Amino acid sequence: MTQTIQFTLNGSPVSIDVDEERTLLWVLRDDLSLTGAKFGCGEGLCGACTILLDGEAVPSCQLTAGYAAGKKITTIEGLEQDGRLHTVQKAFIKYDALQCGFCTPGMILRAVALLSANPEPSSDQILSAMDGNLCRCGAHVRIIQAVQTASEAMKGGRS
Amino acid sequence: MTQKGNSAKNPAGTGPPQASITRRAFLKRMGLLGGGIIVYGALGDVAALARAPREGYIGAGVPIDFNAFLRIGADSRVTCFVGKIEMGQGPITSFAQMAAEALDVSYESVDMVMGDTGRCPWDAGTWGSLSTRFYGIFVKEAAAEAKGVLKALAAERLLCPMSRLSTKNGIVFDRDRPMSRVSYGELTRGNIIERHLETLPPPKPTSEYTISGKPYLRRDAMDKVTGRAKFTADMRLPGMRYARILRPPAHGARRIRVDTSGAEQMKDVQVLREGDMVAVLHPDPDGAAAALERISADYDVPDTGINDETIFQHLLEHAPAPAVASEAGSLDSGESSSQSIIEETYLNSYVAHAPMEPHAALAAVEDGKAKIWASTQTPFGVQQQVAQALGLPAEKVRIIAPFVGGGFGGKSASAQAVEAALLARRAGSPVMVVWTREEEFFFDTFRPAAVVKIRSGLNGAGRISLWDYQVYFAGKRGCENFYDIPHHREAVYGEWRIAPGIHPFAVGPWRAPAANTNVFARDLHMNIMAAKAGIDPLAFRLHHLSDDRMRGVLEAAARQFGWTPAKTPSGRGYGISCGIDAETYVAAMAEVAVDRKSGGIEVKRVVCAQDMGEVVNPQGATLQMEGCITMGLGYALSEEVHFRNGRLLDVNFDTYAIPRFSSLPAIETVIVPNPSIGPKGGGEPAIVCMGGVLATAVYDATGAVVRQLPMTPERVKEALKQAG
Ligand code: FES
Ligand code: FES
Repeated sequence: MTQTIQFTLNGSPVSIDVDEERTLLWVLRDDLSLTGAKFGCGEGLCGACTILLDGEAVPSCQLTAGYAAGKKITTIEGLEQDGRLHTVQKAFIKYDALQCGFCTPGMILRAVALLSANPEPSSDQILSAMDGNLCRCGAHVRIIQAVQTASEAMKGGRS
Repeated sequence: MTQKGNSAKNPAGTGPPQASITRRAFLKRMGLLGGGIIVYGALGDVAALARAPREGYIGAGVPIDFNAFLRIGADSRVTCFVGKIEMGQGPITSFAQMAAEALDVSYESVDMVMGDTGRCPWDAGTWGSLSTRFYGIFVKEAAAEAKGVLKALAAERLLCPMSRLSTKNGIVFDRDRPMSRVSYGELTRGNIIERHLETLPPPKPTSEYTISGKPYLRRDAMDKVTGRAKFTADMRLPGMRYARILRPPAHGARRIRVDTSGAEQMKDVQVLREGDMVAVLHPDPDGAAAALERISADYDVPDTGINDETIFQHLLEHAPAPAVASEAGSLDSGESSSQSIIEETYLNSYVAHAPMEPHAALAAVEDGKAKIWASTQTPFGVQQQVAQALGLPAEKVRIIAPFVGGGFGGKSASAQAVEAALLARRAGSPVMVVWTREEEFFFDTFRPAAVVKIRSGLNGAGRISLWDYQVYFAGKRGCENFYDIPHHREAVYGEWRIAPGIHPFAVGPWRAPAANTNVFARDLHMNIMAAKAGIDPLAFRLHHLSDDRMRGVLEAAARQFGWTPAKTPSGRGYGISCGIDAETYVAAMAEVAVDRKSGGIEVKRVVCAQDMGEVVNPQGATLQMEGCITMGLGYALSEEVHFRNGRLLDVNFDTYAIPRFSSLPAIETVIVPNPSIGPKGGGEPAIVCMGGVLATAVYDATGAVVRQLPMTPERVKEALKQAG
C-alpha cells in the first residue's frame, strides 16, 4: 500500500510516497536516484547492496521501504562530508583496494560500520566483520590493508 | 565508458569489422565527433598494415589509422579511444600510461573513452590478456606516429630542422632555442591536416620511459569509492521499464503451456511475447518480479541421466577425435625406455564465472536505431548480434559498455543485450534487463568439466622418459610441454567452446581457459613422479628444464618462499606449480595444513613469481596477480556447479562458495623483470597455478592425492582413506 515514508537519508530528511512493501534497494536506486548500492544476489548473500541503517551495515535487498521509516540511512553517496572523502574511502584509493569496483560501495560501508563500532579491530575481527561481503575480483588483501590503515588514521585523529 | 572525457555527439557506428576505414568515411566520422582537431598522418594502407604485429591477435578489423585511437584537442588534452572495456583489470589506467608515454604528454592530460562502438575503433573483445599485449601496441604505434606528424608540423611552424626538435609534456621545442616552442594543441587547432610519414618513428627505448613501467593507482578509483561510477544497471532513461523474462526450470526443457492472464490484469504491467520469449515489464523491479510470479507455465523436462557425477563418463564417451598440441619422439620408444610407468586420471568440475555484477542491458530502440548500454566484454560482437536480431544495419546499433563489474570470460556472451533490444522495440519504450543471480547462474557459460589422463614413464636415472597426455574438453591452452622430455605427446579431445550435445548447458572461456585444468593435472602428476623418483619436486622440475624464463620464475618463487628440498610427502604441506600463459611465465608455491578429521584445507601462504615481459603498470600487475591467486582458491577448493537433468542446483552464493575474507592466505607476489621482450599477459597467468599448487601441497602434507578439483572436504577424506 502506498504510504508516505519519512526518514533521514545521507543527513537530510526525505519524505516519499511509496508502496511500503517495495524493496528498499530499488527505492534507493530508482526513486531516490542513489545507484551506489548495487544488486548482486537479492538474497542477502553478497553485501553489494549494503547501506548503513542507524549506523549498522545491512543488506538493503532484504529490507522493505517501510522498514526505513524514522531511521537514519547512509549510502555510499552520503559518505563524503563537505566534499571531503571519508577516511575509509581515502584508504581504498591509496591501497588500490578495488578492481571492477562493483563490491566497493558495500565494502566501504561495511568497513565504516565496523570502525565506528570497534575503532581498533584486530585482523581477525576485520576478516570476520567483512566476511559477508563478497568480491569476485580478489581485492581482499588490499581491502584489509585499507581497513587497517583507516583504523590507524582514525585513531590518530587524522583523516 | 568515458573517463574525464568530453561529451561528444554520437557519430554513426563504426559498422562491422573492416580492414580499414576509408579516408573519406573516416574524416566524415571524425568531423561528426566535433571538438578537437584532426592530425591526419596515415600511411598508405598497405604499408601501414605491415606495421602492427597482428599475428595472433583476433583483430583484422582494427583500424590502421592512428586517428581512430587518438584525438588531440585545441586545449592539448588527448582523448584515447579503445574498443576494450574496463572490468577491473585496469586498462583504463595502463592505456592512458602507454598513450601518454608514446606521445610525450602528461598522464593526467589523457582522457580515456572505452567500449563504445560509436566512438572507439573496432575490437574483437576484451579477453585472453590481449589488451596490453596486442592492442596496447596499436595504441603505442598510433601515438608514436601522431607525435612524428606533430614534429613535422612544428618544424614548419618554428622554421627549424626536425632533427633539432624534441617533445615533452605536449610541447614541441627547439633544443637549441628552448623558447622556440609550440604546444600540440596550437599545432592542431582549427585544421584537418593530412600528413604521411615515410617511416614510422623508432619506438621510444624503454630506458627513457617516465610513465610506462611506473606504478600508478587506478584512475577510476575516485568514481568507484564514491558510488559515482556507472555500471549498466545504474543507467536511467525516461520512461524506462524493467523486464523479467519467463525462464525454463532446466536446460533442455520444453514449454508446453503458458498462461499470462494473471499478469495481464496487474496495474502498470505490460506482458510481451517476442518469438519464444515471454516477458513482463513494469516501472520498478519489484513490480516486474511480482508480475512474473503470476505467469504460470508447464514444461517437459527430459531425463538425461547426466549429473555432476556421471558427467565425466559422458564426456569420455562423447569425445571427438584428438588434435595433437605438441609432440616429440615416439610414445613407443618412450614406453620401452621407461623403467616404471605411472598412469593417472584427473577430473575438473564445471565452474561458474559469478561476477558480482549480473549481466545487465538497457536498450532504447527508435527511428530504426538502437542504443544499448550493456555489461559485456564484447561490445562490437554484441553490436552484430543486436543488429541481426533487430534486422538493422550494424551502423544503426550503438553499444556502450560502461564500467563492467567483473567478467572473467563470462561476459563474452551477452544474450541480455539482445533480450533488452527486442523487448524495447516491442514495448516502444526503453527496457532494462538485469539478470537475477539465479539467471546469472543458469545462463552462465561455465568453465567446462574436463578429464585429463596422463601416462608417464621414468627411466633408471630418474628422468622422465615418456609423457602421454590426453585432455578431454578443457582445451589446449596450457597443455603444451615445456620440459625436456624425449618422448611426449599432448592430445586435445575437444575445446572449451560450446560443443552441441556434449555439455548439458553453455560453456565458454573462464579466466585462462583450459590452462587451469591442464596445469593442475600436469603439476600433480609431476609431483607423483618426483615422489616415485625420490627427488624433491622443485629439483625434479629443474632437472628437466632448460628454458631460462621458466627456471627464472621457479627460482624466484623458491627464494621468496624459502623452499628447502625434501621428498614428497614431507608433511610440511608445501606445493609447487608452474606454467606458461599468455606468453607469461608463472610459478607458485604454497603452504597448507590439512585437517585429517574434517578434510578441510587451510591455505596458509601462497607465493607467486611472474615473468610478464615489459610491465606497463607494476601496481596494476601486482593487483591482477593477487586477484588471480584469491579467485583461484575457489576453483581449487570449493567452487563446483551441481546439476541434475539440466537443472542447476547452485543458483546463489549460499551453495556456490566463492573465496571470502576468511579463506584468505598470506599472498606474496614477485615480478621477475624482463623488459626487453615487450609486454605479455597479466590478467590471467597467476590463476593457472592455483589448482596445481594446492593439490601438490595437500599431497605433500598428507601423502593423499586428490585427483578432482575442487578439493572438497569429502574428496580430501576419500583420498586420505585411499592413501591409508
Ligand atoms: S544484493 Fe543484497 S546481499 Fe546481495
Ligand atoms: S572489485 Fe570486483 S567484485 Fe570486488
